[in-house]
Amino acid sequence: MKAMSIAELTALRDKMKDRVAMREGSGQIRVVVGMATCGIAAGARPVLSAFVEKVGEAGLGDRVIVSQTGCIGICQYEPVVEIFEDGKEKVTYVKMDAAKAAEVVEKHLKGGVVVDAYTIGQNK
Amino acid sequence: MKELSLNVLDITQNSITAGAKHIEISLIENEEGILTLSIADDGCGMSQETVRRVIDPFYTTRTTRKVGMGIPLLKLAAEQAGGEVKIVSKTVEDDPDGHGTVISATFDTGSIDFTPVGDMVSTMCTIIQGHPEVDYLFVHKTASFDVSLDTAELRAVLGEDVPLSDFAVIGWISDYLQQQYQNENQ
Ligand SMILES: Nc1ncnc2c1ncn2[C@@H]1O[C@H](COP(=O)(O)OP(=O)(O)O)[C@@H](O)[C@H]1O
Ligand SMILES: [Mg+2]
Repeated sequence: MKAMSIAELTALRDKMKDRVAMREGSGQIRVVVGMATCGIAAGARPVLSAFVEKVGEAGLGDRVIVSQTGCIGICQYEPVVEIFEDGKEKVTYVKMDAAKAAEVVEKHLKGGVVVDAYTIGQNK
Repeated sequence: MKELSLNVLDITQNSITAGAKHIEISLIENEEGILTLSIADDGCGMSQETVRRVIDPFYTTRTTRKVGMGIPLLKLAAEQAGGEVKIVSKTVEDDPDGHGTVISATFDTGSIDFTPVGDMVSTMCTIIQGHPEVDYLFVHKTASFDVSLDTAELRAVLGEDVPLSDFAVIGWISDYLQQQYQNENQ
């Protein structure tokens, strides 16, 4: 590895160590992206990348977990994203892309408002 | 798949499902323009019958199981570019200490039906983000660049408190790989 990059990574680690303790806690949101063959072929990778990037940028890293799963079982609606939040009903977003993902981070994860236009209910 | 890097992402999920702790992903293009992709894992492996079944979706056995599309799609991409797919696998019963699977595919990059490799940086970041507990060795070599990443080295720097899947770490990995692709291209 290049020395400069290592220094950057070390600095990153030191910055994050202090943050780790705050991570546990209530009000967590879980974003799950379907990453089976059908999802990947339909464009799940840029959707996942957009969630990881935008959640990080928005400083929501302590509250939001972005994870991957296999086939959600509705291949014709891929890329599919499910959002789980304590005490709320699961929200299923379908036919997602990177731009829609960025919008969901902004409006839903940050603002608390479901983006109805991309939910499965509106796309049947 | 639109890019080979998407096949790589998909095929690597098989290794993770097989319980691999260590996965080596390499793409090496030689001077003749032949690209060899190899994904090697230390997972549970497959029986010879399973290898036959997954490589040929029309090969049926009495126990009809749901067939996947991941390996057939890789095979299609290789064969349409004048190459082939090979699988060597050992189950835990075959070899308790050396079990695992190596799936390799060749492609003639000069073929008009060669699928471009595409965005390997996104593929690696996605793989690591999804399963940060696995160790990955990634190598991508052509005449114009030589890119590599060993997550064991990153883990040594990060220690136990900071997972590889942390948003900032994934960002660093992305920049780190991107830099290697760019530097070497000049
Ligand atoms: N690296 C591996 N280790 C163990 N088993 C594997 C591996 N790769 C593939 N397999 C087996 O081959 C099957 C078919 O793989 P694939 O074509 O990718 O379809 P799918 O993943 O959807 O089942 C898998 O379900 C698994 O049983
Ligand atoms: Mg698969």
